Amino acid sequence: MADPAVATGDQTLIRGGVVVDETGERRADVLVAGGTVVAVAEAIDVPRGARVLDAGGCIVAPGLVDLHAHLREPGDEEAECIESGARAAALGGYTAVVAMPNTEPPVDSAALAMEILALGEAAPCRISVAGCITMGRAGERLVPMAELAAVGVRIFTDDGAGVQDPDLMRRAFEYAGDLPVTLGEHCEDSRLAAGGHMNEGVASSRLGIPGIPAGAEEVMVARDLILARMTGARLHLMHLSSAGSFELLAAAKAAGIAVTAEVTPHHLSLTDEALESYDPVFKVNPPLRSRQDVAAARAGCASGLVDALATDHAPHRSETKDLPLDQASPGMIGLETAFAVALGALVRGEPDLRGEPDLGGDSRGGSGEAGSGREHLGVASLLALMSWRPARIAGLSQDRGGDQGGPIMAGRPANLCVLDTEHTWVVDPSAMASRSRNTPYAGWTLRGRARHTILAGEPVVVDFEAQR
Amino acid sequence: MADPADPGHSCHCSGRADHVATPGQARRHLLSVSDLGRQGIEELLSISDAFVEVQQRAIPKVPALRGKTVATLFAEDSTRTRLSFETAARRLSADVLTYGISGSSASKGESLRDTLETLAAMGVDAFVIRHPSAGVPLQASRWVDASIVNAGDGAHEHPTQALLDCATLRQVLAERAGESTAEHGVAGFEGLRVTIVGDVRHSRVARSLVMALHALGARVTLVAPSSLLPVSLDSWPVTASHDLDEALPSSDVCYVLRLQAERGSSARVPSKAEYVARYGLSARRVARMGPDGLVMHPGPMVRGLEISSEVAAMDRCLVRRQVANGVTTRMAVLFWLLASGPSPSTVASHASALLAGDLDSFTPRDLEAASVERADAGGTGDEVMEPVGG
Amino acid sequence: MAERERRLTPPRGGVFVPRGQVLSAEDVHRALTRIAHEIAEHTRGLADLVLVGLQTGGVPLAFKLASILEEVEGEVVPVGTLDVAFYRDDIGLRPVLPEAATEIPVDLTGKSVVLVDDVLFSGRTVRAALNALSDYGRATNVRLAVMIDRGHRELPIRPDYVGKNLPTRPDEQVDVSLDGVLLGEVVKR
Repeated sequence: MADPAVATGDQTLIRGGVVVDETGERRADVLVAGGTVVAVAEAIDVPRGARVLDAGGCIVAPGLVDLHAHLREPGDEEAECIESGARAAALGGYTAVVAMPNTEPPVDSAALAMEILALGEAAPCRISVAGCITMGRAGERLVPMAELAAVGVRIFTDDGAGVQDPDLMRRAFEYAGDLPVTLGEHCEDSRLAAGGHMNEGVASSRLGIPGIPAGAEEVMVARDLILARMTGARLHLMHLSSAGSFELLAAAKAAGIAVTAEVTPHHLSLTDEALESYDPVFKVNPPLRSRQDVAAARAGCASGLVDALATDHAPHRSETKDLPLDQASPGMIGLETAFAVALGALVRGEPDLRGEPDLGGDSRGGSGEAGSGREHLGVASLLALMSWRPARIAGLSQDRGGDQGGPIMAGRPANLCVLDTEHTWVVDPSAMASRSRNTPYAGWTLRGRARHTILAGEPVVVDFEAQR
Repeated sequence: MADPADPGHSCHCSGRADHVATPGQARRHLLSVSDLGRQGIEELLSISDAFVEVQQRAIPKVPALRGKTVATLFAEDSTRTRLSFETAARRLSADVLTYGISGSSASKGESLRDTLETLAAMGVDAFVIRHPSAGVPLQASRWVDASIVNAGDGAHEHPTQALLDCATLRQVLAERAGESTAEHGVAGFEGLRVTIVGDVRHSRVARSLVMALHALGARVTLVAPSSLLPVSLDSWPVTASHDLDEALPSSDVCYVLRLQAERGSSARVPSKAEYVARYGLSARRVARMGPDGLVMHPGPMVRGLEISSEVAAMDRCLVRRQVANGVTTRMAVLFWLLASGPSPSTVASHASALLAGDLDSFTPRDLEAASVERADAGGTGDEVMEPVGG
Repeated sequence: MAERERRLTPPRGGVFVPRGQVLSAEDVHRALTRIAHEIAEHTRGLADLVLVGLQTGGVPLAFKLASILEEVEGEVVPVGTLDVAFYRDDIGLRPVLPEAATEIPVDLTGKSVVLVDDVLFSGRTVRAALNALSDYGRATNVRLAVMIDRGHRELPIRPDYVGKNLPTRPDEQVDVSLDGVLLGEVVKR
C-alpha cells in the first residue's frame, strides 16, 4: 500500500478527460497524490514536479473490478501467475481482481488465501481472493468459511464446476448467511452437461460435437434461486449464458431474492457458430451459446438485470489447447480485451465486433438477436457493470470498507482508469501480458482500450504500456 | 474476415526435390462433403468410374501417384477402412505409411499435432485421418502442409463412405436405366427417396450422406426415435419421422445405420428388443418398399439388431457392392487430391517464379502455363487451359 | 471435336478462335485413307492388328481408320480406346483428370498395335500411352499414327504415319476433327 506520507511529492495530474462515476459525468482534471485523489476540478494547473497524464478525449473512471479471473497461481504458473495476471488486468483498466480458488491446491484454507493475498501485495493490480465452498472442490464438505472470511475472503465458489449436491449447497447457504460473504455458483448440472464440448443446438447438431444443453445451466440456476429463497442467504450467479437463466433471474429479482449475476464479454460477443472452425480457442465453459442467448445477455445488461461483467479470464498453456476439441481445456483469456469487447457489444451495439454485417454470416434465427443492437447502454451504465457494481459484490467498495469503485472526489482512494473509447488496436496474442495466448479475438480489430491505469496513486499503465 | 482459426501459414516449402508444390500452394483436402458440392461429387464419381476399369485389369495398378507418400493415421479401430485406403494408395503406386495412434486423452505422450508434424517432416503428401474427435482432420489441415482426407471424425463426417454409397447407388440406377454410369450421370438421384434409419445423432456417415444425397437432388427422410436424432435438424435438408413402417412405402432406398453402442446409443433406447421391434429392418418391412426397393448399410452390420440376416442376404441389399466400391472411390479421392494438377495459385506461383528469373527448372510447358496465367492476371484463374496434343 | 471440348470445359475453358483452316473434311478423309493403306502395306496380315485411339481426340480417328481398313482390305480390325491420365508424367503440374473410359477389347500380347492420336506435340501423351499399353499385354510392335505433327517434341518420339506436318508456334492451338483441321488460338472468356 502506498504510504501518503512518503509519496506526498509524487503527484500525478490526469488532464483533459471526462470524469464518469456513480455520481455522474463532468469535464474535469484529476490530481492524485500519495495514493489519494486530492483535487477534481475543471482546470487544474500543473503543480511543480507533477507527472501529467493526458486524458484528452478519454473517460476518467474508477478502476474496473473483475469478479472472476483465474490467475493459476499456485499450481500452473506456466499458464499464468499472479504477477502476469495482475499486469494483464492493469492493461485492461482493472484495479482489482477476484482470483478464483480453483488453483492447485484449491483455496480451501485461510493459510493459502493469505499466501495469495501476500503474493498480490506487490502486483500492479489489487488482488482479492475467493474461497472454495467445499474442501478440495470435491463437493463433499464445507470449507471453514468463517476462518477464510476473517482473512478477507468475501466470495466463495467451487467455480470450474457447480456444487452438485443440493443438500450440501443448502447447508452452505445456511452457514454463509451468518457471515459477510456471498456464495458464487458456477451453474452447471454435471450429469446433463456430461460429455459435451459446445452449446447444444443447431451448430452442434451440424458439427457432430456433443452438446451441453442450456438446460444444464438453467436447472442449477433454478435450484440455487430456490435454495437462496429458503435460506435468505446471498447468491451470486457466475457467467450466466442462456436466455432461460436470465428469465429465471428476472423472476427471482422480482420476488426479492438476494441474488446478483455476472455475464462475460465473450458471451456478449461470440456465438456457438465460432466452433465451425473446431478451434479449441472457442471452447469455454459455459459454452458460447446461440444468437438468441447472446441477445438475451445483451438485453439483460441493458436493462440492469445483470449486475456485473466479469471476464472469466482462464489462461491455458498451448499444450492443453492445441488438441482435438474434445480433449482441450475450456476457457479463454479476457482481461486485456474485456473493455473493448463490452464497449462494442453493449454501447455501440455492434453485431459483430470485426465489423462484418452479420454475426456468423447467415440468416438463421430471425430477428431480435445479437445483431439487432436495439438496446444500447450509455458508457456510464457500462462502467457501473465493470466497476462500482462488481466492487460491491466483491466486498471491495468504499461503502463496505474497501477502496474500489467509489466516486472520484478529493480524499478518496486513487484507483482509477483512463479509458480511450476510440483507440483502435489489433489483438496480437503474442503481445499480451498474460502468459497464455488463448484469446478468441486474435487478429480482431477492437475499438476502445485503457490508456492509463492508476493503482493507489501509482500510474501502473501509461499510454497503453505497463510500467512494471 | 480475421479468422482466428487460420494460422495463415503462407510459406511452407517442404524442400523435397520432387515436390511440384512451391511455396504458397493451396492444398486440396477432403474434410467434408460440403467442400465438394454437386460438381465435386460428380467429378469424383466419374474419376471413380475410370478406376472401376483399372480394378478389372489383370494388374490393377497404375503409376499415377508414383513418388507420392500417403500416410494413414487411425486413432480408432477400423481395419476395413484403413485397408481400403491403403489398397487404393498402393494401386495408384503411392508409398504408404501406416500409423496407429491412441485417440484417448488418457494416453499421455506425444500430442497428435506433434505426431502429424513429425510424419509430415518425413515427406507425406496426404494424410488419411480417422479420429474419435470431431474436427481433427480440419485441425490437421491447419497444422501440416499436406492434403488431408477425413476418414471419419467423431460424429461429424465420413465423406468417402458417402461417396462410395453414391457410387454404388449410381451403378444400380444406371443399370436399371440400361445405361453406362457415364451416360447416366447422376440423373437417377433427382427425386430419389432415401430413408436413413437408426442412430443419426452419433452417425458421421449420416451427416456426410445427407449432404451428398441432397446435393445430387435426392429427398432424404431420417427415421429414429428422438433420442437418436440430432437435437436440432434446423440446418438439415431432410424430413424426420419416428415411424419406419410409415416411411418405407414411399422409400426407394432404405439406408440402415449401425446402432453404435460405443457412442452410447444403446443407452438412448430402453432395450434392444424394443429397438428391433420399432426400427429393425426385417424382411416384412422391406416388403413395404415394393419390389424395387434397395437396402444399404455402411457396415459392419449387427445382424438381428438393426438389420435381419434375411434382409442382409437379399439381392437388393447392396452391402457387398458398397464394400467393392470402397477401393475405387478412395482411389478417385487420392488421385483427385494429389494428381489433378495445380490449383490456380500454383500456376500463379510458377508464374511468379518465372518472373523472378528461376527458369532452369521449368519446361516449355510450364512457360506456356505461366504465360497463360500471367496474361490473365486478375482473372478468376480457374480457366487455365492446356496446350493441344502432347 | 475432342480437343475442342476439352478446352471449352471448365476448369480449363477458353474460347478457341480459329485463324485458318489447314485441312478440309475431304483432306482429313484423304489423309486417313492414305494412312490406312500405309498401315496395311506395313502389316503382315491384318489378323493381329489392333488400333488404339487415345482419349479423347484419337478415338474418332481410330474408328474411322478401322472402317476404311475394313472397306479396303475386307478385314474387321478391333479398336480400343485408351485414357492416359493415370500414366502422365506431368501429374501435379496441371489439371489431369481422366476424361473418358479406357477399353481395350483384346489381350495385346502378340498383337501389332497402332496408336492413333489427333495431334503430336511434346510426345508426353504418347510416352504415357506406351506405359499404359504395357499393362494390357506385351504387343509384338507398336506404331504411331497422328493426323497432325506440329513439332516441339520434348521426348525422342516420332510418328510412323502422319496426316500433315504443320509448323506451329507453341502458343497456337490445333483443332482436329473429322470435319477438318483448324489452326488458331485459345483466348480466355
